[in-house]
Amino acid sequence: MKRGMIDFWVGLFAVAGAAALLFLALKVSSQSTQPASSSYTITAEFENIGSLKVRAPVKSAGVVVGRVTRIELDPERYVARATLALDNHYHFSRDSSAEILTSGLLGEQYIGLEPGADEHNLKQGDRITITSSAIVLEQLISRFLFSKAETAGEQAKEHTQ
Amino acid sequence: MRWNWEWRVANVVVRFFSRVGAPLTDAIVKFGFACRFFVAVLRHTPTSLLRFSLTLREIWFAGVLSVLIIGVSGLFVGMVLALQGYDTLVRFGASSSLGILVALSLVRELGPVVGALLFASRAGSAITAEIGLMKATEQLAAMEMMAVNPIARVVAPKFWGGVISMPLLAAMFSAMGIFGGYLIGVQLLGLDAGSFWNQMQSQVDFRLDVLNGVIKSAFFGIAVSLIAVFEGFDAAPTAEGVSHATTRTVVTSALVILALDFVLTAFMFRGA
Repeated sequence: MKRGMIDFWVGLFAVAGAAALLFLALKVSSQSTQPASSSYTITAEFENIGSLKVRAPVKSAGVVVGRVTRIELDPERYVARATLALDNHYHFSRDSSAEILTSGLLGEQYIGLEPGADEHNLKQGDRITITSSAIVLEQLISRFLFSKAETAGEQAKEHTQ
Repeated sequence: MRWNWEWRVANVVVRFFSRVGAPLTDAIVKFGFACRFFVAVLRHTPTSLLRFSLTLREIWFAGVLSVLIIGVSGLFVGMVLALQGYDTLVRFGASSSLGILVALSLVRELGPVVGALLFASRAGSAITAEIGLMKATEQLAAMEMMAVNPIARVVAPKFWGGVISMPLLAAMFSAMGIFGGYLIGVQLLGLDAGSFWNQMQSQVDFRLDVLNGVIKSAFFGIAVSLIAVFEGFDAAPTAEGVSHATTRTVVTSALVILALDFVLTAFMFRGA
């Protein structure tokens, strides 16, 4: 193999490798985690977060506006505190409400933000006060069964009277 | 008579422990030798990078000649992943996630690991055989006679050729695999091309997934290249010695790649 041919093939190899990397970068992946500089963080407290995970999306009207960066338990009040990093482009009023929703029946859980009507917007470090917890399937079923049993009991009582 | 019997027992015990200890001390000595060899290779790196045509030739041998096996293997691995993944995902009605499955498994694991295993058997064994034969035919000794350092002239270029080639080959493996997954998923199984690419793009993170895969393959490249040049340099200068060294390169590389992969994965993807 002549020197010139080796140079040619190695050059082609390097370009092909770079092209593969570029393909992986542009076509296959995206920068989904936002850099810390272009986001502001707020907190929200929930009685139960279900199976919400760190890095779960925060959506408003179905559009991803941020990510959950931290989840911890408040050791005094025993509520879960989720820290949300929201994109700087999006502003939400101070009385916005947050709820934990599930995408699909078995999908991942995410936080849905419902905008409010207050003139002041949420700032770095603020806390969302209106929240609703995740729906835990077991609790839902047991509540349903209890109410069913209750009505059945009442009906039985009426029957005997 | 009695003393003689006790002496024999003591002798057996001593022999037993020596049997256990000998491979251990051998392994430790060899490991120490490999570490000093690595330092020597690094020290002679500037010379091999200054005479870059030497390294270029090794990139040609280790990298360019491996493109075919890497590309074809990647294509088939991606196609099999798509077929198997579709079979499972369709039961949960999640067949549109096929792109994510194929891309994540290739970019995070299979590209770097299978790429490195193929690289070790295709290029690593060739490097070991070449250096081992140069040693057996006393070419390395002849170089030293001419005041040419064989580590600077032969070993370091081969090492850097392997280190530079490996991440590029792993990226090609992943890219070909994703293309294979696309062929099966979209062209054969009839998934929607838009959702295939879009879901993949929204779920695969460049820094967390792609870049970590590249870092992995760089580590594997260093490990495989070092093992290959070291085994060749350490080979017994006979035909049998070279054949043993070549086998050891492939076996040790495979074990080191898989062990290193576990350690790197544990560091990279623990909390995610």
